[in-house]
Amino acid sequence: MMSFCGDPASLAGYQWWLCYLTNNNHFSLYSSFLTVMALLALTAPLAMILGFAGALARRSGIFPLNLFGQIYTSLARSVPEIIFFLFVPIAMDQAFEYIRHKIKCPEVTDPVYQGNDFVVCAAAKLPLSTSDAWVHSTYGFLLAALGFAIVFGAHAANTIHGALNAVPKNQLETAASYGMSRRQSFWRIHLPQMWGYALPGLSNLWMILIKATPLLFLLGVEDMVYWAGQISGTKTAAYYDYPHGDWRLGYFAALLVFYLLMTRVSEIVFGRLSAHFATGQATLGGGSTQGLQA
Amino acid sequence: MSCAQTFTDYALRSIGIGQRLLPKSDITLCEQFVLIGSGMIWNIYFAVLAIATGFMFATALALAKASDNKFLNYPATTFIFIFRGSPLFIQFFLAYETFVLLPKLGIDINMGIATITAETRWLTKAWLGALVVLFFNTSAYSAEIFYGAYNSVPKGAVEAAEAYGMRGFTRFRRIIWPTMLRLAWPSYTNEAIFMFHATTLVFVSSFPAWRQKGDALYYATYFAEMTFNPFIPYPIAAAYFIGFTILLILAFSLVNQRLNRHIDPKERKKIRYRPQIIR
Repeated sequence: MMSFCGDPASLAGYQWWLCYLTNNNHFSLYSSFLTVMALLALTAPLAMILGFAGALARRSGIFPLNLFGQIYTSLARSVPEIIFFLFVPIAMDQAFEYIRHKIKCPEVTDPVYQGNDFVVCAAAKLPLSTSDAWVHSTYGFLLAALGFAIVFGAHAANTIHGALNAVPKNQLETAASYGMSRRQSFWRIHLPQMWGYALPGLSNLWMILIKATPLLFLLGVEDMVYWAGQISGTKTAAYYDYPHGDWRLGYFAALLVFYLLMTRVSEIVFGRLSAHFATGQATLGGGSTQGLQA
Repeated sequence: MSCAQTFTDYALRSIGIGQRLLPKSDITLCEQFVLIGSGMIWNIYFAVLAIATGFMFATALALAKASDNKFLNYPATTFIFIFRGSPLFIQFFLAYETFVLLPKLGIDINMGIATITAETRWLTKAWLGALVVLFFNTSAYSAEIFYGAYNSVPKGAVEAAEAYGMRGFTRFRRIIWPTMLRLAWPSYTNEAIFMFHATTLVFVSSFPAWRQKGDALYYATYFAEMTFNPFIPYPIAAAYFIGFTILLILAFSLVNQRLNRHIDPKERKKIRYRPQIIR
């Protein structure tokens, strides 16, 4: 990237490092940090939506909806999540392709499972085999994000369900005595107060989600674990501009530091958030700030 | 091939006893059940040893974290933050790379001392290397649970112990430790369940499965790749895990009963199982 990077073999000292750390492979590594951020940014809201849906389904009086909520939340608790992460993307992929196969090529009557193979017609492939490489990697990424969202949604549903039950009954009875309808009291009283109770559980989930992101690597997304592994292995002078020994230890230590930093920053942010939600609440945490702000 | 034959061939395949070659074609349901079950041996081995050894180290760590002595406090707090703040997956990678480097470093220093070089070589194998990582990890998480419980031990109980003339280790062993365990047990049960589930990470991360001796997930992935059908092997692995998780919960609730034996059964709190998911 720098003007003096033209002939890497002649470089030494800090110039070598500057050029080495800005070569193309390293930019792939840096951009994979963005992949992780994108996964977090995509999964967190999606998991929250699924969590709300799951929690509301569990509270619903309609039997099938209630049953679905129960099954959804209890399933994710008893099975190792990694089995989910490996299973959901493949299952989703096959489900999508199967539906497209039925719609796009109704003339093909062969069964989709032929012995040990899963065969759909060319038009039903997702993504199409003619599409660009980035389409394939984006599709893989989206499937992975969906898998994450389903698992974390189940846990978020548990947390939100508990938090909705934790809101004092008096609050809801007061709302009813003010003449609010059930819908009004839910949106104006129940939901805003729920956050204070849900936050500890949700912050815990967020920490877990951060630490789950390296599993992207297992799902075939080229994330930072992948690139760190690619770059850090031994590079010989015959094939590479920047030869070096086995540096995997250093690169994985850097990843460890990245995750520790993420954890620390999240801890601080959630500390502030919980102080915010505690404001004005008749609890130990809320009481202390109340006097100061009056 | 009958199912009984498959059982004798593959029931102990994961520890190297029985048929050497894995089934390649015409994979039957029986073969999937037997081999994935055989892999569970490793999951149970890792979970039992890591939890048993981690329990003792976690108690020490929790006491060190609660101590006023900063030479005990800082190292314990840092250790717990590092192992709780980073993904287990990265810890496996990092540990494996460190263990691989060890003999290279060790040869220069320990030339001629056969035992030490042999030991460092074992660390690159999953049976010891992965166990060390799981041990550190579960120690850190359990220590945080025990630390919280230690802080919640009622002051009155400790003062009563002092009034009876108990001091130091006697007071800890008879009063503080049992109370701490009783308070921590529900969360500790969840931690144990989690640890059991986390053993699935061993072979998918950096530790290689030597001669295809792997855990339940290793064989499940193998079958999913061979048959292109994830809908059979993964649910089988999940079913095994659910079964053993129930056994684990039963074992832990027996301990819980023993810890709470002085409390009226009607007043005992029911444990709610909420395993943490990933770390």
